[in-house]
Amino acid sequence: MKNEYDIIVVGAGPSGSIAAKFAAEQGASVLMLEKDRDVGYPVRCGEAVSMAGLEEFIKPDPKWISTEITQFTFISPDKTIIDVPFEGKGCILERKIFDYELANEAAKYGTDILTRSYVNGLLLENGKVSGVKYEYRGEQKEIKSKLVIAADGVESRVGRWAGLKTHSDFRDMESGIQVTAAGIDVNENTCYFYWGNIYAPQGYLWVFPKGNGVANIGLAITGDIGKKRSALSFLNEFMENYYPNASILTQVVGGIPFTPTLEKIVSPGIMLVGDAARQINPLSGGGIISGMIGGSIAGKVAGEAIISDNLDSIKDYEIKWHQRLGKRHEMFNRIKNGIYNLSDEKYNSIAHSLRDLPPEKRTLGNVAKSAVINKPSLLIDVAKTFFS
Amino acid sequence: MIEILPNKCDFCGCCVGVCPEDAIELKEAEISIIEELCTNCVKCVWSCPIEVLKFNRNGAKGASLEK
Repeated sequence: MKNEYDIIVVGAGPSGSIAAKFAAEQGASVLMLEKDRDVGYPVRCGEAVSMAGLEEFIKPDPKWISTEITQFTFISPDKTIIDVPFEGKGCILERKIFDYELANEAAKYGTDILTRSYVNGLLLENGKVSGVKYEYRGEQKEIKSKLVIAADGVESRVGRWAGLKTHSDFRDMESGIQVTAAGIDVNENTCYFYWGNIYAPQGYLWVFPKGNGVANIGLAITGDIGKKRSALSFLNEFMENYYPNASILTQVVGGIPFTPTLEKIVSPGIMLVGDAARQINPLSGGGIISGMIGGSIAGKVAGEAIISDNLDSIKDYEIKWHQRLGKRHEMFNRIKNGIYNLSDEKYNSIAHSLRDLPPEKRTLGNVAKSAVINKPSLLIDVAKTFFS
Repeated sequence: MIEILPNKCDFCGCCVGVCPEDAIELKEAEISIIEELCTNCVKCVWSCPIEVLKFNRNGAKGASLEK
């Protein structure tokens, strides 16, 4: 470990690791600090991604792919079942191994990685971020850097210490809970989505197959719903009704900010990526690929800023992100606002109209059109939003 | 004041992500409220997926603790 680095990345999730890799690739010296003892654990994630999204960053490898997805099934409150083929291809990851592999990729380009390092403050010089304070095995330490990339997840405290407004409104924060359960009899190539207030009001419930009778079963609701009833109680009810004999292998919880990207994700000496920047797709809640895209842009811009000795150029990251995905996420957020408060009757009638379509017309595009039929301005292909 | 029920927290950070005051300290498996910063807005209570946080009226700032 060096005494000083060009770039310090805080957090070793997918966004952090990709940022570290892209920065190190340019020749910058990079240190990545991870709060937990393990990279990739605990897994606070449904683990569904598109294959095309993955392939931009890493060659798909069976060792971190649980199942391949070729179909979506939507279940309405009155249990109408709609099967829709997924024209693209998706997969359910094994995040524990996937995150490890991404960190390893960053290491191959020379990134130093230190786990059990809890960043608890920033070093500042003349209003510019110039390093981090962190606790390592009970000892308080400091280390300097020219730039900091904050990939500290939903908490997003690092950005706040640089003066950015990062916290999310509780009404936009989805409180998620998920079990990985055994003894779940589902199709191994299908992602199941339960839509309606009886399952998960202002959110949705998912069953994603992991293969061999195991599945991720989870749901998310907003803080507004959480005032009256917790995500835990919704999941307990679902499990009792649908899978009373399932064995629970893991239970995790997590916050999913369903918002457009933060207005400011760059400040002198610091860039925010992934969940910390609120780069999650605000309609689907997917954040792995979009976080990796954010991380890759930030890492590349940061590396170039170091090599060209022009630290001001990190501002470009904000513009490039906005062009690549930020603007799309604003559109997805408008769609979300149009549909996330539908009544159960409405969900049922959408499902009935889809059921009556001939199978070849049952596409994700038509699902989207039916969902937003009362709001013609929202007639946009929701298919793109899942797995994007 | 905001109370954290012992042995229930999963350390997920959802509460931290909605706290407007940066008043929650969260380590790998350790969580605490920074009392000097907390305004008892209870947004963390509403956002917790597993009912770990509670608002305890008796200990609230401004409330009289004298008998």
